[in-house]
Amino acid sequence: MNYTFNWSVLWTGESGRWLLSGLIVTLELSALAWLLALVLGIVSGAFRTVQFRPVRALATFYVEFFRNVPLLVWMFFWYFAVPPVLPEPIREWMFDHGLEFWAGVLALGVYSGARFSEVLRSGIQSIPKTQMEAAAASGLTTFQAYRYVILPVALRLIIPPGTNESLNLLKNSSVALTISVAELTFQTRQIETYTAKAIEALTAGTVIYLVLCLGLASIMSWIERRTAIPGLITGGGRRR
Amino acid sequence: MISGLDVIWRNLPFLMIQGFLGFGQFVGGTIRLAIPAIVLGFLLGIFIGLGRLAPQPWIRIPATLYVEFFRGVPLVMVIFWMWFVVPIALHRPIPEFWVALTAFVIFEAAYLGEIVRAGVQSVARGQVEAATAVGLSGTQTMLFVVLPQALKNMIPSLVTQFIVLFKDTSLASIIGFMDLTKAAQVVNNREVRPFALYLFIAVVYWVCTYSMSRYARYVEQRLSPA
Repeated sequence: MNYTFNWSVLWTGESGRWLLSGLIVTLELSALAWLLALVLGIVSGAFRTVQFRPVRALATFYVEFFRNVPLLVWMFFWYFAVPPVLPEPIREWMFDHGLEFWAGVLALGVYSGARFSEVLRSGIQSIPKTQMEAAAASGLTTFQAYRYVILPVALRLIIPPGTNESLNLLKNSSVALTISVAELTFQTRQIETYTAKAIEALTAGTVIYLVLCLGLASIMSWIERRTAIPGLITGGGRRR
Repeated sequence: MISGLDVIWRNLPFLMIQGFLGFGQFVGGTIRLAIPAIVLGFLLGIFIGLGRLAPQPWIRIPATLYVEFFRGVPLVMVIFWMWFVVPIALHRPIPEFWVALTAFVIFEAAYLGEIVRAGVQSVARGQVEAATAVGLSGTQTMLFVVLPQALKNMIPSLVTQFIVLFKDTSLASIIGFMDLTKAAQVVNNREVRPFALYLFIAVVYWVCTYSMSRYARYVEQRLSPA
């Protein structure tokens, strides 16, 4: 197996177009899944603080079950197992509008929502109770206390783990290739299939992912440094 | 729903013994891949983590680049890299097991390395000074004073990362490794019962990962000074 490099496969033929469309699908899939995950994360996070026990149990079940099962299994589940049990009109709509893409959005969004929930919960729990009490003592209403005291701190605390989870979501979108969503990894494989130049194709895909992830990470760490409260939040800008 | 149970029951030996444990006519097994991947990934992670803390720039910079690189790339991509590149480098085809194991060890070592680094940094500075004062060498200090204490602090994050790795082993099925996920796919191709099969393996994965996370919480509570 002697390998001869031929980097021109990346800018001749269809490769450039495939990579670009793969990148767009990756971004669309990640953005929609991110929104879904954010909503599910906030709702389930709020539900876990409710007094009514069944609601709390439901939210806990969601978080513990969905984040502890591999994403790949969820991809197969939403793609193969769910559509047959859905009502006819919804199934028709999904088949007409790219079933694999929407199954991918659901799998990635519901899985990541359970992980976002944990990030939000630990962010809110890390704010001392006395903050709320001090806000009430100085005459702020509950809304004002949240708006001016709790949220400005909580949102800053959530930036580093939130960035980390969002980048995980972006990287995890590559698992959607298993249900043949034509995202970036899928297109990288496509170039390999057509040109038999594996190293060149994989290099192109890898570089795009690296630029995306490291770019987003440095933007977020810049925001984190810009918004840091002196003396309160330390260790500026490291991921994880 | 209930009628789904018969397909599980009929294929239980294949799913669990071949797919989950890895004994049978195919080379496979979630457990058989996960255990060596965790052990070897952790060993490599110790080197990467200590490398990140090395005073010498020619060790520290490559270790940092290694961590930043692998944390910026999806695991699926790394698996494909190994699948194509290892056979080219070694001039012969490589079984899926070794491809998957190499990919997991290399990829997870970047994440485990960060945990090791944080663990070592959590050990009080005075411990190193005390070890030097009683005449231990640098290696002795690391092996007998710093690492044992660091390991204790690391256990909760380590178990969390082991859970991630355990879930990630399902991705080995992409290159045809016969793990639990692949076994369910094979049965599904024959019997077309996706709901029962995928829900069943979800529960099997969940039982393993959830008990690991409960263990992590238990250790965390026992170790916390209170």
